[in-house]
Amino acid sequence: MNELVFFINNVLIAGSVSGSIYAIGAVGVTLVFSIMRFAHFAHADMMTFGAFMVLLLTLAFPGVGGVVGLPTPVVMLPLAIALTALLAVGIDRAFYKPLRAHGVKPIVLVIGSLGVTLMLQGLIRLFAGTGAQNLYLAGERKEIYRIALPIEGVRAPIVITEPQIILFVLTVTAVVGLHLFLNRSRLGKAMRAMSDNPDLARASGINTNTIVAVTWVIAGGLAAIAGTLLSLDVTFKPDLSFFLLLPIFAAAIVGGVGHPYGAIAGGFVVGFAETLAVFNWSVLLRPFRDSLPEWLAQAGNLAFVGTEYKIVVPFFILVAILVWRPTGIFKGKVI
Amino acid sequence: MSTQQEHASHRPDAVAAPSRFPLREVVLFGALLVAVLGVYAIMGIAYSTRMLVEAACYAILALGLTIQWGYAGQFNAGVMGFVALGGFCAMFFSVPVNDAFWGTELPGELGRVLLYLAAAVMLVFGATRLDRLGVPRKLRTLIAIVLAVVLYLVVISMLREVTGEIESRAGFIGGLGLPAWTGWIVGGALAGGVGYLIGHICLGLRSDYLAIATLGIAEIIKAFLKNSDWLTRGTATVSPLPWPTPGPSTLGFTLSRALYLSLTAAMIAVIFFLLHRAYHAPWGRMIRAIRDNEVAASAMGKDINRRRLEIFVLGCILMGIGGGALTSFNSLFDPQGYLPLNHTFLVLVMVILGGPGNNLGTIFGAVAVYIIWIMSEPLALALMNLAVWVGEGAFGWEAPSNLDSRALQARVFVIGLLITLVLRFAPQGLLPEKVKHHG
Amino acid sequence: MPLLEARDVYGGYGGMNILNGVNMTIEADEVGVIVGPNGAGKSTMLKAVFGLLTVSQGEILLRGEPIHNLPPNKLVQKGMGFVPQEKNVFPSLTVKENLEMGAFLKPGNVKRMLKKVYEFFPPLYDKRHQPAGELSGGQRQMVAMGRALMAEPEILLLDEPTAGLSPLYMNEIFERVKEINAAGVGILMVEQNAKQALAIADKGFVLAAGQNRFTDTGAALLADPEVAKSFLGG
Repeated sequence: MNELVFFINNVLIAGSVSGSIYAIGAVGVTLVFSIMRFAHFAHADMMTFGAFMVLLLTLAFPGVGGVVGLPTPVVMLPLAIALTALLAVGIDRAFYKPLRAHGVKPIVLVIGSLGVTLMLQGLIRLFAGTGAQNLYLAGERKEIYRIALPIEGVRAPIVITEPQIILFVLTVTAVVGLHLFLNRSRLGKAMRAMSDNPDLARASGINTNTIVAVTWVIAGGLAAIAGTLLSLDVTFKPDLSFFLLLPIFAAAIVGGVGHPYGAIAGGFVVGFAETLAVFNWSVLLRPFRDSLPEWLAQAGNLAFVGTEYKIVVPFFILVAILVWRPTGIFKGKVI
Repeated sequence: MSTQQEHASHRPDAVAAPSRFPLREVVLFGALLVAVLGVYAIMGIAYSTRMLVEAACYAILALGLTIQWGYAGQFNAGVMGFVALGGFCAMFFSVPVNDAFWGTELPGELGRVLLYLAAAVMLVFGATRLDRLGVPRKLRTLIAIVLAVVLYLVVISMLREVTGEIESRAGFIGGLGLPAWTGWIVGGALAGGVGYLIGHICLGLRSDYLAIATLGIAEIIKAFLKNSDWLTRGTATVSPLPWPTPGPSTLGFTLSRALYLSLTAAMIAVIFFLLHRAYHAPWGRMIRAIRDNEVAASAMGKDINRRRLEIFVLGCILMGIGGGALTSFNSLFDPQGYLPLNHTFLVLVMVILGGPGNNLGTIFGAVAVYIIWIMSEPLALALMNLAVWVGEGAFGWEAPSNLDSRALQARVFVIGLLITLVLRFAPQGLLPEKVKHHG
Repeated sequence: MPLLEARDVYGGYGGMNILNGVNMTIEADEVGVIVGPNGAGKSTMLKAVFGLLTVSQGEILLRGEPIHNLPPNKLVQKGMGFVPQEKNVFPSLTVKENLEMGAFLKPGNVKRMLKKVYEFFPPLYDKRHQPAGELSGGQRQMVAMGRALMAEPEILLLDEPTAGLSPLYMNEIFERVKEINAAGVGILMVEQNAKQALAIADKGFVLAAGQNRFTDTGAALLADPEVAKSFLGG
């Protein structure tokens, strides 16, 4: 049973954590894809930017969290969301809109977004340096909850940390909020309409510039949430971008590009696939050691890939889905 | 629709008169020559020749990218990966034989594991064909997947054992002790092979997917080279790498570098000539027809995906060769030294600034951008130091300790800004592709 | 003052003119029908009116106000509705959501106009929670027309509303067009089924090679032997 707890801690919880982060990131990518029809490569650096804003705000107002009873970075998150949304809209105005106005092919926008990602990277690292930094500052510490199972013989507790709980709560909130926005609000419906048929949306009097701006606000806001949650769970690392892009794009494509719910599902698929792939399965075999053939019982490391090759997993998923079903499991709109 | 029409209406601007005096080319290359001479005058001959050799290697990379992006509109965001593959092959073929490895039973062990690997691949492949024996398709898929997972785990754990043994007893397996150019050729072939796999999967789909996949494969190749200590020594790096030409120890820095430079220049000349021929041959016309109007080209019965794959693989081969030449010249194989910025985006800037689809423009872009790039390093540091000096003096601001690495981030920003600016204001580059009307 | 007036309109795609001086006038409450052979510029003219392509010369007036080269969303604000021939619904949105999108600029209208549209097209009420992509061709056409009506247009532009429909639905659509017109909405439509369309037309415009060939009341055009011979297939 201790092995099962180990499995829960290392796969179920860890997988849900990375799954949530990828899901929130992938939703942003897929929304941008469905409205503007290009793969936005600067998304990972928008996540980093959001987390960096949280870091700066936490440095500027330490101890605010104590008043509210939450960690300071979480209290600063709404402001960071607003700032990142502003950045996203600004980037669109400055760099993507002129290209769109020229009627370039989507792939030129992709290259443009790579240029933007480099600019963001350069700026963030210029100010933040390249090292990792903890978002929990000035005496605040991560609460760790150990839940002992009321089963006999189980010594290992289920371990979950405070940022992970916050992460689950925020993920659920973001998903429910997005669902309500897309299905109940006028702008949300207009967004879906534009993703369905941009010409008809224009002919219906929908101001497509507004929709584009709203899309960037949402994508930027979600990016800030995802980036902050990632940094809370581990640490703030300014140089993650290309390692985040691949799982996020894989998640968006697995779910069917242009399909927000698919992106959420895809995020969890990729997150769990990653943790399952680096999980050492020999741990689960240990209780059955006596009844197994010797060669299997002796195997010390039965992980599919070492953690250093984690990035292979989303790539493998990406390739598999592109070969097997390029429209994604939920049939995306943009092929 | 509107994109295509817009595109078509912009085209006539790019049409050049058939036989005009190449004023733009002469002016630009004249300015480049002045810049090169200036660098020679200030930085000395040995330094400047080294810079030119590196620029020449970059020109080969840029030619690879320009045929992918310029000729065919395929965007490869993972040049770095193909460069690293070429660099690895250059190292693996040219480094002396490691007797601590070959003198033991380890090669046999490794060979045995590789044989198992081949057998496992064949078994899984066989399982995917089970439906021909009457096994239901779903059951076949299940069998194939389970078999693949189990065999993978078995082979990988054996491989881990052997490679661990190699690392602890022999360090790494060493090289083959062959001339460096063999490694360049094999590196080109290997890069082409990887390009084939990626292109085969992605080229029929949206163009964005190719960018995502190449970005991913580049990081994976780097992760593999960095962590396979038994093969590459990983972060411990391998040096020195022998040159295909006489090295500095026999001829001195200047002369040996000049010799290396003439070798790379000859390679560029050959590649340039062959590409020029291909571009104007029916094959090149077909490639451009596909790029400019896919629907019309496919309506004419062209096998679009096959042509696309050819051009993508060709570009990757050039990147592999260029990567081999670059790594050999640096005489150091360091997997961590392959950076997206230096080996993907710098090349991208060279191509889009020089003129995508125009080989001469690409070579100009490569040399010009590389000179700016090299010269900007001390400049960025100086600017940063100035800022710190002002900051300390005026505000009592304390400089962060890792200033050097931060200063280099300014260059990341500048490269990004350059990409967006060129795309917006000079999408055709400084030397635009000359589009001729067909008939 | 006419509801819609086009004076000597030239326009087309990518510098090539398809329209070479088209004139038309529609009074309020009239049904105008554009007919003509393939390539005559019928749909192009409709798109020019709705600002979907550049008018290089001439002018288009809505109640005397020049509107040519205004973007579509401005035209919707000024009281014009447009139903494209193809891709005229949002397939993943429900019927109700499709209709709501039509009133995007006038959100206050939604409740009242939904009721009105469901009265015009009763089948839509039963299917209001179904994605529009799952409907039949005729029902989609109803959704499309309903969506355009949601903004309470003064004039509705219809691009081949009966293309690809069965004869049963065709008659149904023409009936609805008449009813919508009777409710006070001016209509300008392009039709392949020239005879049926001219039968309900107050004004008919026969175009050929981007120019007016005949202009008269629908009934007069139907009766004109020359029009019948060259354009109505005998």
